[in-house]
Amino acid sequence: MLFTSYEFLGFCAVLLLLYYIIPKKAQWPLLLIASYAFYFIAGPQFLPFIAATTLTVYLTARVMQSIADKQSAYLKAHKEELSKEEKKIFKDKQKRKKLFWFVLCLLLNLGILATVKYANFFITNINSALTSFGSKNVLSFVNVIIPLGISFYTFQSIGYLIDVYRGTVKAEKNVFKYALFVSFFPQLVQGPIGRYGDMSETLYTPHKFDSKQVGFGLERVLWGYFKKVVIADRLFVAVSTMIGDPSTYNGAYSIVIMLFYTIQLYADFTGGIDITIGLAESMGIRLSENFDRPYFSKSLKEYWRRWHISMCSWFRDYLFYPVSVSKPMQGITKFSKKVFGDKVGKRIPLYLSSAIVWFSTGIWHGASWNFIVWGMANFAVLMISEEFEPLYKKFNDKFKFTKSFPYTLFRILRTFALVCALNLFDCYVSIATTGKIFFSAFGASNYHVLFDGSLLKLGLTSLDYIIILCGVLLMLTVSLLKGRGSVREQIFRLPYPVRFMIYYGLFLIIILMGAYGIGYDASQFIYNQF
Amino acid sequence: MEKLLEILTDLHSDVDFETEENLIDDGILDSMDIISLITEISEEYDVTITAKDIIPANFNSAKALYALIERLSDED
Repeated sequence: MLFTSYEFLGFCAVLLLLYYIIPKKAQWPLLLIASYAFYFIAGPQFLPFIAATTLTVYLTARVMQSIADKQSAYLKAHKEELSKEEKKIFKDKQKRKKLFWFVLCLLLNLGILATVKYANFFITNINSALTSFGSKNVLSFVNVIIPLGISFYTFQSIGYLIDVYRGTVKAEKNVFKYALFVSFFPQLVQGPIGRYGDMSETLYTPHKFDSKQVGFGLERVLWGYFKKVVIADRLFVAVSTMIGDPSTYNGAYSIVIMLFYTIQLYADFTGGIDITIGLAESMGIRLSENFDRPYFSKSLKEYWRRWHISMCSWFRDYLFYPVSVSKPMQGITKFSKKVFGDKVGKRIPLYLSSAIVWFSTGIWHGASWNFIVWGMANFAVLMISEEFEPLYKKFNDKFKFTKSFPYTLFRILRTFALVCALNLFDCYVSIATTGKIFFSAFGASNYHVLFDGSLLKLGLTSLDYIIILCGVLLMLTVSLLKGRGSVREQIFRLPYPVRFMIYYGLFLIIILMGAYGIGYDASQFIYNQF
Repeated sequence: MEKLLEILTDLHSDVDFETEENLIDDGILDSMDIISLITEISEEYDVTITAKDIIPANFNSAKALYALIERLSDED
């Protein structure tokens, strides 16, 4: 059931109605039933996977919580009798017990993810290695299904597991409540990757019907659909035409591919997240924001603080920090400082941790080399920027014009161009093709295609381009208005007839200008596949 | 505390760490800064800061950070 299907709209309409009719205590159980129904409709064969993750993580968290509770009770009861050393020994022993269960559950769930998502990728690479050594025997591929949203719900579950292990949240006692946290249907397919500590504040509490809140939520849903069906799905037509035929669409077309795909990705992903967050908001549930006007970033580093925030913060909190402060990494720090000196030596472990994070971020996006190279390309740019940071700072301090608006705009456009270039790795599975397409843009002999009407042969008409342009300008305006605070609040303060015209106008635009019908594919969201 | 302020100033000479209270929330310290800081602090104060301790509340101000160091020293 795609977010863009009539079935989904009907499903949500019935759910929302029921949600506010039934007794408040029954609201979260209703959401659990709805979430499992949603997942069942998506594919009954996926259910055992999500159920396995839910149960194993739930039980492990409960065991770890019980160890932690017993530890606190014991230490409290024997506060006076135990020496500092004895307390430390006891704590270490309990910690090892928790660690055993934690690692077991972690390996099990990462194992499931690795098997369904990455097994064939490993087999492909092993086979390539075997054939290159002249072997005629190759491994056969595994016939596996990739459960919907597995990367998202596995990461969300592991985040919870780590939080309970660290003692930053208490393990949920009610297995059904925990099951809802993992399966909450609006966020199941493309995030945002929620934190239990944040989500549990509103997910299980009773919610009264609040017309402003419901209205605001649905307004955001409407805005999400606008971005998805009017802009992203329309650009999808041109982008897929060009990507599908690299031998024809190169040179000047490469620039068009990078630009169109980057806008499509933004409209698609932020649109999907708007639908998710808006839908949750209409039910009184607060999800964390996933974007903060990312294309206004002045550097790639800033971009990664503002794009796909829930994934980036997940990797930061649950991978970058633990790896960076781990004992082996401390050992590497000491060693590298001895060998390379204080200044260089202490940066090596930092870069090593970052490389691990970016490799993982790449492979999280998909089981193929183009995503790994994409991750490592991001890593390379970020590390080069990091090294040049003192130089930038001197430059910025010395020249006053670096504080001016034109220079800020230049930095924003430069970052946008860089993001466009990096996004090209998303488009082609083959890295060689990505390289060819990228470099063909420089000194191409076909720049005339940008102006001679060739772009009208990509499956889009002049009207389509006008709609895209107006849509992009509208997105830009909304992003600029966001700088002054909530756009929905700003609209809410307008006289009722004007507000009504905005809502109704947006609705009509989606109905009349959405990319539907033959030639269009109101397809799944790009991030559904990750 | 003075040594800590020195470490922080080495990292960002343009920030007044004695008064700044939103080092994380305002994005003054990023994840790379935090790890550099932890390396320096571990050496200087001989404490072990784990990933569990890396939360905004502990890193938002020099005062909070110093309180963390003292707490960890006591635990050790």
